[in-house]
Amino acid sequence: MDFNIADKNIDLIKHRKTYFTFTMLIVLAGAVLLSTLGLNLGIDFESGTRVDLMAEEPLTEEEIENELAEIGLAADDITLAGENNEQASVQFIGDLDQEESLELQGHFDEAFGHEPNISTVSPQIGRELAINALIATGLASLGIVIYVAIRFEFLYGLAAITALLYDAFFVISVFSLMQLEINIPFIAAVLTVIGYSINDTIVTFDRIRENVRKEEQEKNIEDFDQLAGIVNKSLLQTLTRSINTVLTVLFAAVAIWLLGSEAITSFAFAIVIGLVAGTYSSLFVAAQLWLVWKNKHIQKQREKLEAEVEGSES
Amino acid sequence: MGKKWGRIGAFFAIIIALGILISQTAFDVARGTNLGLDLQGGFEVLYELDPDGEGELTEEDIQATASALSERVDVLGVSEPSITVEGEDRIRVQLPGVEEQEEARELLSTEAELSFRDVDDELMLTGEDLEQGGASAGFDEANQPMVQVTLQDGELFGEITTEISQRPEPENLLVIWLDYDEDEHSFYEEVNEPDPAFISAPQVSEPLPTDTVSIEGMGSLEEAEFLAEMLNAGSLPVEIEEIYSNTVGASLGEQALEQTLFAGMIGVALIFLYMLAYYRFMGVIATLTLAVYIYLVMILFNSIQGVLTLPGIAALILGVGMAVDANILTYERIKEELKDGRSMKSAFKLGSRRALGTIIDANITTIIAAAVLFYFGTSAVQGFAVMLIVSILTSFITAVYGTRLLLGLWINSRSLNRKYWLFGVKERDVRRGL
Repeated sequence: MDFNIADKNIDLIKHRKTYFTFTMLIVLAGAVLLSTLGLNLGIDFESGTRVDLMAEEPLTEEEIENELAEIGLAADDITLAGENNEQASVQFIGDLDQEESLELQGHFDEAFGHEPNISTVSPQIGRELAINALIATGLASLGIVIYVAIRFEFLYGLAAITALLYDAFFVISVFSLMQLEINIPFIAAVLTVIGYSINDTIVTFDRIRENVRKEEQEKNIEDFDQLAGIVNKSLLQTLTRSINTVLTVLFAAVAIWLLGSEAITSFAFAIVIGLVAGTYSSLFVAAQLWLVWKNKHIQKQREKLEAEVEGSES
Repeated sequence: MGKKWGRIGAFFAIIIALGILISQTAFDVARGTNLGLDLQGGFEVLYELDPDGEGELTEEDIQATASALSERVDVLGVSEPSITVEGEDRIRVQLPGVEEQEEARELLSTEAELSFRDVDDELMLTGEDLEQGGASAGFDEANQPMVQVTLQDGELFGEITTEISQRPEPENLLVIWLDYDEDEHSFYEEVNEPDPAFISAPQVSEPLPTDTVSIEGMGSLEEAEFLAEMLNAGSLPVEIEEIYSNTVGASLGEQALEQTLFAGMIGVALIFLYMLAYYRFMGVIATLTLAVYIYLVMILFNSIQGVLTLPGIAALILGVGMAVDANILTYERIKEELKDGRSMKSAFKLGSRRALGTIIDANITTIIAAAVLFYFGTSAVQGFAVMLIVSILTSFITAVYGTRLLLGLWINSRSLNRKYWLFGVKERDVRRGL
């Protein structure tokens, strides 16, 4: 088994305008989704109480409502889960106080034979968590840009950050579309995706840098086709690795998504879509953006050089 | 010939030694792992300290409150409690594996402020007048459970009881309160309740010049013991308020652990199969180093007292992906060099060297992300970040150096020379004459 991609004559650069348009359309769609549907913020960010129940028998919403009514509570949202609906998640907007949650815990333990999970967040904590998450994401990106700018050059850093912001945005948009709950593990998932995306992009850039150096030893890079040729070659050379790596990580992420605990289903799902987006963006966004920017940069430098030469001649 | 078999022999000796080591200790390693609340059930609560109008909250207040809380936790006998100060005015208490969550929560949050008042709620005696550690549970003459407390000053109690005993019935009562709250509690309101908020209200008919006081009206011996322990653990120096709490039922936690471990094993098995199918002999090496990788990560994680949470398991499995990436990068380079017509030995050398720079760059960026996560994240996210950092560092040892060692033994034995198919390279793809 061998993909042998590097030896095939595939032009990944030719349709770059199509990729850019496609990417822009996705970003636009994401923006529309976020401004209309918004995000389904879990109680980690919006104060409230979440109760996870488990029973021996399949549950119905009505049953749970009745049990809650017995202790004088009314849920704001009930979602059934598990293979036969023997699990459920009940949300209360506004946090239950200690007494209420203790009563609830005791009652459901008796009614269904399993102690429920209860997590309560007060409004202040929810806000702080959300702000912390944003700061963490921002700082992580900043740190990565600085590192890439030092190890490579600024344009690589800029292209890499564009790709990773796109990946994070894509994951958030999908969660908006499907109205999946945004909680603390989700933030961890987005950051993992960012980490993976940058990992993937760096591997590609590493190869582009290597090939650029090799080519420059022979002659100066002057025109677009020459630069595009290097980028295309580099992409093809790293493609097998990209596919194999994303496949193996996907094996793990998909297994956790489909077979893992209910509590991390959305975490694993976020990673799965993030991985796919990350592979797409390193191939079709990061490298191609760098190509366009680098080309502009080279042209500008040449014009400057020519102007200087003319200036000295006259 | 001797050298060749020596190297291959060394390879198998290493593998067998590792196999014995892992199979003998893996069980203990797995048992020694601290499981987070989400995996074993338990209870976590975040308290905010309120200086109670008495100005600023000092560092001592926070430390004193934290140690008071930890004494209370000791009363509960939780095996691995964690009490951490967060920010400037918060304390997080984590009690994994606690079964009596209700009792735990009450025990923690009560202020344990004992007070003796008259029927008009006028304060006569406070918990500060009690002898430290002087409370004990027992039975009175009528064999009813009670708590006996020792006062620092017996005369004071004599004065108080003299004063109260002179009042006309039914006003000659000494009301004993736990956590009296001015805004909520009043004797006359509570006295008619079937289950009043005060502990008891004994009649005082004569002066009692003593320093030991019995508190009766306990429902059970457990209740008496609970009160005695709480009084001995001391009252909290400042008021605390629950601002976040999370309880996980033991069976839900256990189920989450089982499901996720099962999912992880399937995921890792698929990775192994894929690596074997795609990279053939190098896949065998990858599988071996990955197995060692998982074992090492667990040992390292235990040794830094990490707490394994659900996201942590996910990070471990994703870490496998990262470790695989280091293998894949190296193998792809080796394959490229082989196709360029290089000898097995120089393809291995060049490929490993060229992949290393890429692996370093890619991993450092991920470590930067994980470090930021650890610094800014809350407990669950921190567990994830720690696992990610440990994973990346370990993958360096196994995927880079482990692979070099194990694969190197075979390559240098020269027994694999020209066996291209073992590396997933077709012979016709190899450019000759270089």
